[in-house]
Amino acid sequence: MDTAQHTGPAVFEARGLTKVYQMGEVQVQALRGVDLDLWPGEFVVMLGPSGSGKSTLLNILGGLDVPTAGTVRYQDHDLSVYNDTALTRYRREHVGFVFQFYNLIPSLTARENVALVTEIAEKPMTPEEALRLVGLGDRLDHFPAQLSGGEQQRVAIARAIAKNPAVLLCDEPTGALDVTTGIVVLEAISRINKELGTTTVVITHNSDIAAIADRVIHISDGRVASVEHNARKLDPRELHW
Amino acid sequence: MTALDRKLWRDLWQLRAQMFAIMLVMACGVATYIMFSSTLDSLQQSRSDYYRDYRFAEAFVSLKRAPQAVAPRLEEIPGVMVAETRVTAWASVDLPGFPETITALITSLPDHGPALLNALYLRQGRSVEPGRDDEVVIDHSFAAAHQLRPGDRIPLIIKGKRRVLTIVGTAMSPEHIYQLRPGAFFPDEQRYAVMWMARTPLGYAYEMKGAFNSVVFRLDGSRSVEDVIDYADDILAPYGGLGAYARADQLSHKFLSEEFKQLDTITRIFPVIFLGVAAFLLNIVVNRLVTTQREQVAVLKAFGYSNAAIALHYIKLVLVVVALAVIVGLAAGVWLGRGLSTIYMGFYRLPYLMFVLRPSLVLNATLFTAAAATLGTLLAVRAAARLRPAEAMRPEPPARYRETLLERLGFKHALAQPTRMIFRHIGHRPFKSTLTVLGIALAGAITTTGLFQGDTVGYMMDIQYNVASREDMSLTFTEPSSRRALHELSSLPGVEYGEVFRNVPVLLRHEHRSYRTSIRGVEVGNQVKRLLDTELRPLPIPVDGVLLTDYLGDLLELRVGDLLTVEVLEGNRRVYQVPVAGLVKEYLGLFAYMDIATLNQLLGEGRAISGAWLAVDATAYGELHQRFKRTPRVASVVERTQDMQNFNRIMEETMLYVAFISTVFSCIIAVGVVYNSARIILTERGRELASLRVLGFTRGEISYILLGELALLTLAALPIGLWLGYALCGYIASTLQNELYRVPLVIDTETYAFSAAVTVAATVISALLVRHKLDKLDLIAVLKTKE
Repeated sequence: MDTAQHTGPAVFEARGLTKVYQMGEVQVQALRGVDLDLWPGEFVVMLGPSGSGKSTLLNILGGLDVPTAGTVRYQDHDLSVYNDTALTRYRREHVGFVFQFYNLIPSLTARENVALVTEIAEKPMTPEEALRLVGLGDRLDHFPAQLSGGEQQRVAIARAIAKNPAVLLCDEPTGALDVTTGIVVLEAISRINKELGTTTVVITHNSDIAAIADRVIHISDGRVASVEHNARKLDPRELHW
Repeated sequence: MTALDRKLWRDLWQLRAQMFAIMLVMACGVATYIMFSSTLDSLQQSRSDYYRDYRFAEAFVSLKRAPQAVAPRLEEIPGVMVAETRVTAWASVDLPGFPETITALITSLPDHGPALLNALYLRQGRSVEPGRDDEVVIDHSFAAAHQLRPGDRIPLIIKGKRRVLTIVGTAMSPEHIYQLRPGAFFPDEQRYAVMWMARTPLGYAYEMKGAFNSVVFRLDGSRSVEDVIDYADDILAPYGGLGAYARADQLSHKFLSEEFKQLDTITRIFPVIFLGVAAFLLNIVVNRLVTTQREQVAVLKAFGYSNAAIALHYIKLVLVVVALAVIVGLAAGVWLGRGLSTIYMGFYRLPYLMFVLRPSLVLNATLFTAAAATLGTLLAVRAAARLRPAEAMRPEPPARYRETLLERLGFKHALAQPTRMIFRHIGHRPFKSTLTVLGIALAGAITTTGLFQGDTVGYMMDIQYNVASREDMSLTFTEPSSRRALHELSSLPGVEYGEVFRNVPVLLRHEHRSYRTSIRGVEVGNQVKRLLDTELRPLPIPVDGVLLTDYLGDLLELRVGDLLTVEVLEGNRRVYQVPVAGLVKEYLGLFAYMDIATLNQLLGEGRAISGAWLAVDATAYGELHQRFKRTPRVASVVERTQDMQNFNRIMEETMLYVAFISTVFSCIIAVGVVYNSARIILTERGRELASLRVLGFTRGEISYILLGELALLTLAALPIGLWLGYALCGYIASTLQNELYRVPLVIDTETYAFSAAVTVAATVISALLVRHKLDKLDLIAVLKTKE
């Protein structure tokens, strides 16, 4: 466990996380005992091939799923014992999500998709503000179908950060995008992390992206394989893959 | 408006075609409920207002003749508030240009002032004036049927004497809302005329001067109506009293009450079926809608929306549809209800209609529809909300398809790939496929209920008029006559054959049950009027004992061999014990039958008859009518074909309206169900079909996969629908069993064919609509995004 550069309590503290899925007729062991700490304001990239269990880990951290065994604490909340209602409240108050496939509501405009979240958050920014942060101040009233993939993903990011969450969890945010668009999206995420100090976790199987993180966690076969620190964080604009 | 509410409106708009179909189905349910209930309420309200405003009597008695001096004794009966004596007279109307016999029932009005009870509702002109012996008020419907107006002259034959009176007014009476002349089953305003004359002139004409033959009572509530009846019977027995009876047994009131009871039954059945189907359909559609929005639900949950908030979202969506359905259904229901009420009002001769729409009806319709819809939604949302968001967002694992039974049986290679897809998709979701089949089947089943009413009534008529009562003319005399009358009748030109009958008013008793009807004495060896056993085979009249309509047997809980107590309500008013010799199948009315000789003997009256059934040469009708008009003894003449025509007219006016509406509604439901099923299959398989298009399948080929499934499901639904239709009609028939008529379960092949045709047509229409959607599948978009 790497705690050398941090003081004070961790945002997340996972111990012995295990998750087993029933996929149709097949049992899949997605996590096999993960121990992990995440620190305030940190930008973490989790790397791993598909099926390594990184999405499962992210979902458990985000309260979208519960572990089969082990514990996960967020600040002073023990997420592993939370029921559905408590998890819902946790997500509503603390977590921002960005998904690979954006998951925008097709019947709502950009502004309304963000409003969906600001309406139920405690101290949100306005949807316009959030969309300006991701560079979409001029696309407020467009429906998802009228936006490019990168723009849709940035709406998703705006939607995730509009509530001023403590953590921003991004699952393959550039997975469905080309390089240029991907970089614009990563810029937006990076900017949020820097300007708002939101603890940010990005999972990807694209190792080139790792260069923009404070810390890179390699997940393989349901376990933390290795952790490395970037001596120098790159700006997303310096990336190419 | 919150963002979630915006989503709701946009989703609704997106799904407008499906939602519109569902809305229509629900609206049909609401409309039938409102239509029947408001009609029933309106009729009941109108009747009770009419009874109150025009002082409808509470007890009635007819007698042979009593001097007016007896009247004060009737007024003194404890519990009686008003006892009004009257003269009622049978007569015939000799309208120029109308060859058939018109039976008239003339009731006296007090010489001075209006009637105390059963007051007239004057539609035109005025009432009779004191001291005038040539004035008459006639029934409004009869006047309308013959275009008679105040000022016209009307020739009447009273006691064989022809007099020409002046019509001074047309009127209606609460006593004659439902008008039946003796011997007929159905009203006939052309051949039956209710009229009113002043007491003194009518008394002279009918040989009732200073006497009365009818009394009506109003009670003060201090005694039961039964007590009053007993008193009245005691007082009037020496004067040929025919047994007093309460309002419940008054002919017009009784018919009306039975009709209302029927309407009430229908009011309970149809809307429940329609709303039930609508709710069922909504459940399926919302379930699938939520399933297709599984990811959106997951996203909402991921952002912290609670299960309750999500459930509420979908419930709101459904409630918008419910609200629209209630509004549309209410408007249609009120409109149709007014139409139906007006039809019934004319049919039952109510002078005015108080159209009533109880707020509770609207509330019931709304609550029931909303509850059914909400329940369906909750079940659907519960399934989606139970998933962890992470699971819900992941594409569903590839569905577990299996080779179908057909393939495993070795037909695999006989089936082309697309056909296998159809079978496997159906087999993959057996429960959902079953629900769809059931939905389509139910829609088909409902279409049978409308036409079934016509079928069964046609059958009843056929049995009644072509198998059982085969006489051409039925003659009823004003009072019991000698059997010699038959010889006179038989000798008339054109009369080919005749049979006599005796009608005796009786009260039948068994243990604590009783029923007021008449015993018909029928000749042994009867040819024209035949009695049928429960298998509809002719049943000979037994020399001893009595035959009962099977339903009457049930009502009195009598079986063959049991002893029936017969209380004769005329003449010597004796009480007899008679064994039940058999049960007779009759769909109309409740009667008892005996050998006429045995009946005469029992009554100790010689060979008396009440009328005759005649077989008549078709060319002789006109002349016979002329003759019967002038025969004072003949109270009424009913032609069988006329009675049938009257019936058909009534059917067209009332039942067909209802049948037509049920048929239209059930067609809407059928299209609604099938169209929705098709759209759902499209939603579920859109991506798959688009992928096939990308792979090079033609539009026709992918249409085959989608529409083939629909066709297969419809095919499976057809026989189930017919069976369900049979069961549904059976249930409806089982509720239409009453004293007036018993509806047998008879469904014509044409009705089944129609039901199947509607289902197939609904499928074809839906297929065309969906096919149109298939042609517009966006191939690129569907491949770019994940499922």
